[in-house]
Amino acid sequence: MSDTHTLHAGALPTRAYHLAHEPHAENGTALGFWLYLMSDCLIFASLFATYGVLGRRYAGGPTGAQLFDLTLVALNTAFLLMSSITFGFAMLSKQRANVRATLGWLLVTGLFGLAFIGLELYEFRHLIHEGAGPQRSAFLSSFFALVGTHGLHVSFGLIWLVVLMIQIGKHGLIRENNRRLMCLSMFWHFLDVVWIGVFTFVYLMGVLQ
Amino acid sequence: MSAHDVHAGVAHGHEDSHHDDGPHSTFSAYIIGFFLSVVLTAIPFWLVMAKVIDSRSTAALALGAFAVVQILVHMICFLHMNGKAEGGWTMLSTIFSVIFVAVTIAGTLWVMFHMNTQMMPGHAEHAAPGATQAPAAPHGHGGAASN
Repeated sequence: MSDTHTLHAGALPTRAYHLAHEPHAENGTALGFWLYLMSDCLIFASLFATYGVLGRRYAGGPTGAQLFDLTLVALNTAFLLMSSITFGFAMLSKQRANVRATLGWLLVTGLFGLAFIGLELYEFRHLIHEGAGPQRSAFLSSFFALVGTHGLHVSFGLIWLVVLMIQIGKHGLIRENNRRLMCLSMFWHFLDVVWIGVFTFVYLMGVLQ
Repeated sequence: MSAHDVHAGVAHGHEDSHHDDGPHSTFSAYIIGFFLSVVLTAIPFWLVMAKVIDSRSTAALALGAFAVVQILVHMICFLHMNGKAEGGWTMLSTIFSVIFVAVTIAGTLWVMFHMNTQMMPGHAEHAAPGATQAPAAPHGHGGAASN
């Protein structure tokens, strides 16, 4: 049993407990942020599933067909889509290292985002005024939870956008800011993808009778 | 211009400054993505607002198909998805998430609606909203809301 301890030291190769070159993803931040977005995707999946189950439990209250104003939703969708393309233009300006154009396009993106949030808040206020608040029925609870979570994401995206604009204004398009810009771009486009699900499954299918 | 100068203080062996700001975006990808998205958004809205399709299930199926295609367009044109980014890990994590999302949503709907059919006969009536609306409006403001 004690034989194992009789190996003489010279036979052991020198061991290294850390790697001289750590395995490092080529673009670790992008992958890490992508994984965050995918986990966020699961939050939305559970909210969509909840809405799928409760979306027609009106409890004698108003239905989606009675409440939803599709013109408003179409306008909101247009705002978000426009903000996506203007963010794309900001990224193209960043690639050309044009600080002023980048800031300009980010500003336009932020204004579209603000218009989106403003219109959504107007819609929420209108619904609550009509007595169709989140406490009215299971349908409205799940509706406010899903659409509200998306709106909250966009709001935080707007705060991030403003902070990043200040940083770019102060430090220019340095490496760190470029990395942050890449992450925000992924975040923003991801929210647009979630919105496709919202306007299709909540608004359009809610209006179908 | 300044992106490459600010290398100072970084002891990394490899120059990841080229890759750190993400994949190279192109003007054409954004424009193509934008126009496809506009079309793929406009058609479903038109289908519903102009009441083109009578059958509810057919319309829902069509809307779902448009949504899936538009999500793919956004993934490719705006999020620059491809099989090669980060050695395939982006794609792999996305496939995992898509499977997980599908299981979550399809599984929930399946289980919950299957339970509805298993409910005791007397309770099943709660599920039909439109039919029971006339004698309802228990909270007073229900009537005002439906106007």
